[in-house]
Amino acid sequence: MSPAPLSIRDRAAIVGIGRTPYSKRSGVTEQHQAAAAILAALDDAGLSIAEVDGIARFDIENVNELQLVYGMGIPHLRFFAGVPSGGGAVAGTLVLAAMAIATGQASVVVCYRARNRGRQSSHGAKPLQGGRPWAKHAAALTDFYQYHVPFGLITPAQEMALIYRRHMHEFGTTTEHFGAVAVAQRAHAARNPEAVMREPITLADHQASRWIAEPLRLLDCCLETDGACAVVMTSAERARDCRQPPAYLLAGAQAEGPIHIQMADYLAHWQEKTAGAAVAEQLYGMAGVTARDVDAAMFFDHFSPAVILSLEDYGFCARGEGGPFVAAGEHAWPHGSIPVNTHGGSLSEAYIHGYNHILEGVRQIRGTSHCQVPDCELVLVTSSNTDPTGAVLLRR
Amino acid sequence: MAEIPVPVPVPDADNQGFWDGCRRGELRLQRCLGCGAWRHHPRPICPRCQSFACEWALASGRGVVHTFTIVHRPTLPAFEDRLPYNVIVVRLEEGPFMVSNLVGGSAEDLRIGAAVEVVFEPLDDAISLPKFRPRRAR
Ligand SMILES: [Zn+2]
Repeated sequence: MSPAPLSIRDRAAIVGIGRTPYSKRSGVTEQHQAAAAILAALDDAGLSIAEVDGIARFDIENVNELQLVYGMGIPHLRFFAGVPSGGGAVAGTLVLAAMAIATGQASVVVCYRARNRGRQSSHGAKPLQGGRPWAKHAAALTDFYQYHVPFGLITPAQEMALIYRRHMHEFGTTTEHFGAVAVAQRAHAARNPEAVMREPITLADHQASRWIAEPLRLLDCCLETDGACAVVMTSAERARDCRQPPAYLLAGAQAEGPIHIQMADYLAHWQEKTAGAAVAEQLYGMAGVTARDVDAAMFFDHFSPAVILSLEDYGFCARGEGGPFVAAGEHAWPHGSIPVNTHGGSLSEAYIHGYNHILEGVRQIRGTSHCQVPDCELVLVTSSNTDPTGAVLLRR
Repeated sequence: MAEIPVPVPVPDADNQGFWDGCRRGELRLQRCLGCGAWRHHPRPICPRCQSFACEWALASGRGVVHTFTIVHRPTLPAFEDRLPYNVIVVRLEEGPFMVSNLVGGSAEDLRIGAAVEVVFEPLDDAISLPKFRPRRAR
């Protein structure tokens, strides 16, 4: 008889969350910030550095496990792994941690993201050592950037603008729809003392803000933040003895498809299944739930229209109906049917590459958000929804 | 102020045929010898039939604008003097998509579905960039 198939469903939980202050210029290194966030997360959980035996992080994270072992005094790591891509890696780190815990490869896993993004911040010269990676293109292009950069296609805003323009063309989405996302998230941030941008904005403010890459305006773009976020995961059994109410990882999934931001497909095939929609199918299948069961969603929002596409991918509305959905306020706390990015997200709280969204997801499960959804039992947290991507469902 | 150079593509074994074609004023794309599918960007294997065999076939140079953006700040220093500028994605008649710029047109020409044709602009002695201009009915 073959053994029952292993699953990560309900096997692990987030028991600690930690962060540094979010700022435009921290004055300290990314290693400093990572260490501070990790210590805060361990303290939150009531666990010690000596109990950490696993690390899961972004492949492109500048602070590596060696720095944490010798820099923080982690005595012995049994598990260490990374997830490829940038913002597409957010949820994947939690999936890796849950896999390690479910299979006994680790018992206490730390996941984190540390970033010095500001132009005046403390960072190194290499592309991944903080600052704006795209500003560090070499004079000679040896990878696929040679098909983009010589034409002036440089930044993620420009790349994503091409995709959003196509969405507008096919479905009638407007920049006012983008603005509905930005305005709601700023209203959420106004209640959040941790947020970098708290001054309320109107749709008129959004429409008056300067172009970055049409159809994207300044107020459609994520902040450029210095800061770090960390989470501590352990087994569901052990989680019950920790200091905080656990946020169980009900399900997690990743997907890579043909719609990568940088591979010139530009959603030519998005009438077929996008990677985000593929993740949704895996995720809801593993969890045995549908979008209707989700109480709050923390969507990766490097740009405001990413929320519109994510609402479609994850089944909160039909393909192409994301614009009217946000125009009706369905994404806005407290009255919308699916409150989105209740901390203000990357547009208004901070841009920690989506990792602050995990922390807000946990706060919603614990009942401690500044925009708390009543009786919040199930939260969706996603990675950037161009390829590759991923998502997790956290439950109370 | 000295002109800041645009970053220059460095050809490799997988894309030498593409850049050689551009230098000669020809849009040459990979066409699979296994199944006949055209592809761009250049890559060593056909994603449709997994054949490594391909030829550098002469494409029509015609296509339509699939999507576009108008770039404002920020950009790289090399592009500052042309702000604001357009970036387009062209859907070529042969099927593949290509990032480029629309040149020699007016604001009305910059729209999804606009018919375009390739022209080449030298970047240096070895590299010319395939750009696109409006294709008028003749
Ligand atoms: Zn083929």
